[in-house]
Amino acid sequence: MSTDSQKTPYNPPALEFKSSTFTVPVLVLSSNDLLVIEQQLQEKVRLAPEFFRNSPLVFDLLELNKRNLDIDIAALTDIIRKSGLLPIGIRGGNAEQNKLALALHIPVYSIHNSVSANSQKPKAIVPPPEPKTESVATTLITQPVRSGQRIYASGDLIILAQVSAGAEIMAEGNIHVYNTLRGRALAGVQGNPDARIFCSDLQAELISIAGNYKVSEDLEKAVGKKPVQIYLQDHALIIKDIV
Amino acid sequence: MARIIVVTSGKGGVGKTTTSAAIAMGLAKKGHKTAVIDFDVGLRNLDLIMGCERRVVYDIVNVINGEASLNQALIRDKHCEQLYILPASQTRDKDALNQEGVGKILEDLKKDFKYVVCDSPAGIEKGAHLAMYFADDAFVVTNPEVSSVRDSDRMLGLLSSKSRRAEQNQEPIKEYLLLTRYSPERVKLGDMLSVDDVQDILSLHLLGVIPESKSVLTASNSGTPVILDEKSDAGQAYADVVARYLGEDRPHRFIDDKKGFFGKLFGSK
Ligand SMILES: Nc1ncnc2c1ncn2[C@@H]1O[C@H](COP(=O)(O)OP(=O)(O)OP(=O)(O)O)[C@@H](O)[C@H]1O
Ligand SMILES: [Mg+2]
Repeated sequence: MSTDSQKTPYNPPALEFKSSTFTVPVLVLSSNDLLVIEQQLQEKVRLAPEFFRNSPLVFDLLELNKRNLDIDIAALTDIIRKSGLLPIGIRGGNAEQNKLALALHIPVYSIHNSVSANSQKPKAIVPPPEPKTESVATTLITQPVRSGQRIYASGDLIILAQVSAGAEIMAEGNIHVYNTLRGRALAGVQGNPDARIFCSDLQAELISIAGNYKVSEDLEKAVGKKPVQIYLQDHALIIKDIV
Repeated sequence: MARIIVVTSGKGGVGKTTTSAAIAMGLAKKGHKTAVIDFDVGLRNLDLIMGCERRVVYDIVNVINGEASLNQALIRDKHCEQLYILPASQTRDKDALNQEGVGKILEDLKKDFKYVVCDSPAGIEKGAHLAMYFADDAFVVTNPEVSSVRDSDRMLGLLSSKSRRAEQNQEPIKEYLLLTRYSPERVKLGDMLSVDDVQDILSLHLLGVIPESKSVLTASNSGTPVILDEKSDAGQAYADVVARYLGEDRPHRFIDDKKGFFGKLFGSK
């Protein structure tokens, strides 16, 4: 025990450990050709320079190691830094590679602890380029959509009020109705089979996704008064509770 | 600031004219200078319910055509001196009305009156459109049956898109629900929608429920708005409506069937 504690009876903590989750782009490599990597990486960065400037990055060597392709860790981190990115981790490396990375002060991440939507796909970089300009406009409706009214959205359609019987809402993208849906709702009207319909109470006259429809007679009585989503699976409309 | 109230419905015969007469009288009796206009050109009958049909000289079409001044055409009510009636023409058709002419009349009335009540014809044609175009508030008159509710819903769609307020991107028309000819016994038998059913479908602020009542017919036969019959249930219900519209907090009445024991057990809340 140090005597300091006696001199300063109250010692407020200067630090604290907390756990936090961050979303960091992962660079999944499928080639060990450093020239090609440098070239392609710089191309990607050029697409969204603002997004990538000084962005932290984890590089993933699992794919390479599966195919027994070795890579020069020091040279790779140099390339990453030259592209304006900051390597902060290695993933999927073998013991040798992990040791080299640690020597370069780059921590090792386990592949099992990370969550990734499509880690199987050998993608160079996860985030989409230029997210702002690429996004399709969402249409937001806050007033009830009454009988006889029609609404068409070229992107997603979000409705915060009810949709009356005799009203028709259409979207090229998804439809969200945070209230009772009594009218006709058609999502993916330009043929997008991945479009979905979400609503908090399904009493619709008709629902359709990419031209596949159900009329109210086909909609089971049981689905009412609870939030559901509707999507397309093998050309059939699936209605499922949102829990 | 004067307010223009349109009394409207999609379906005909639901009680718009009865309501227009009652609330115009109610507002006037509370001391607010009020004018009530009959937009049902060709089917004039507001003046009958107001009991002034034998004093009609000029009508709204004469004013629009410049054949009479507004002051010449306005008829002062015989029960209440704060109330004036602008009758419709019996001899013309709806095409005699136009937006410019109606707008001018309403602008003039707003200078002098606190409330202008517009009795709209049924349907979604010209007369109905003109009655609601300039409105600040809308009383949507609905009977507790599916077709009436559906037509009211359609009317609400038009109010929110085809009015001057909508076109000029102003604050939308304030919409109120008035459920008329309500019969708790028939609701219980399942012949009629309940207050809750209707509100669930329309999701609109409920201004009042007017019970189905013989007093309405008696009142219209004698040319006195039913609100003046203070003993009648319909008269009291309309008085509540006026008070609520003016900001008073009054509990809803005439919704439950008081006669039946089962009404209390199974009736709508
Ligand atoms: N609360 C009520 N109880 C009983 N009868 C009523 C009630 N309200 C209206 N009525 C009756 O219903 C009929 C139609 O009423 P009213 O003329 O007010 O409807 P309206 O909506 O103005 O009709 P229109 O669309 O033809 O203009 C009349 O015979 C009237 O007496
Ligand atoms: Mg009428």
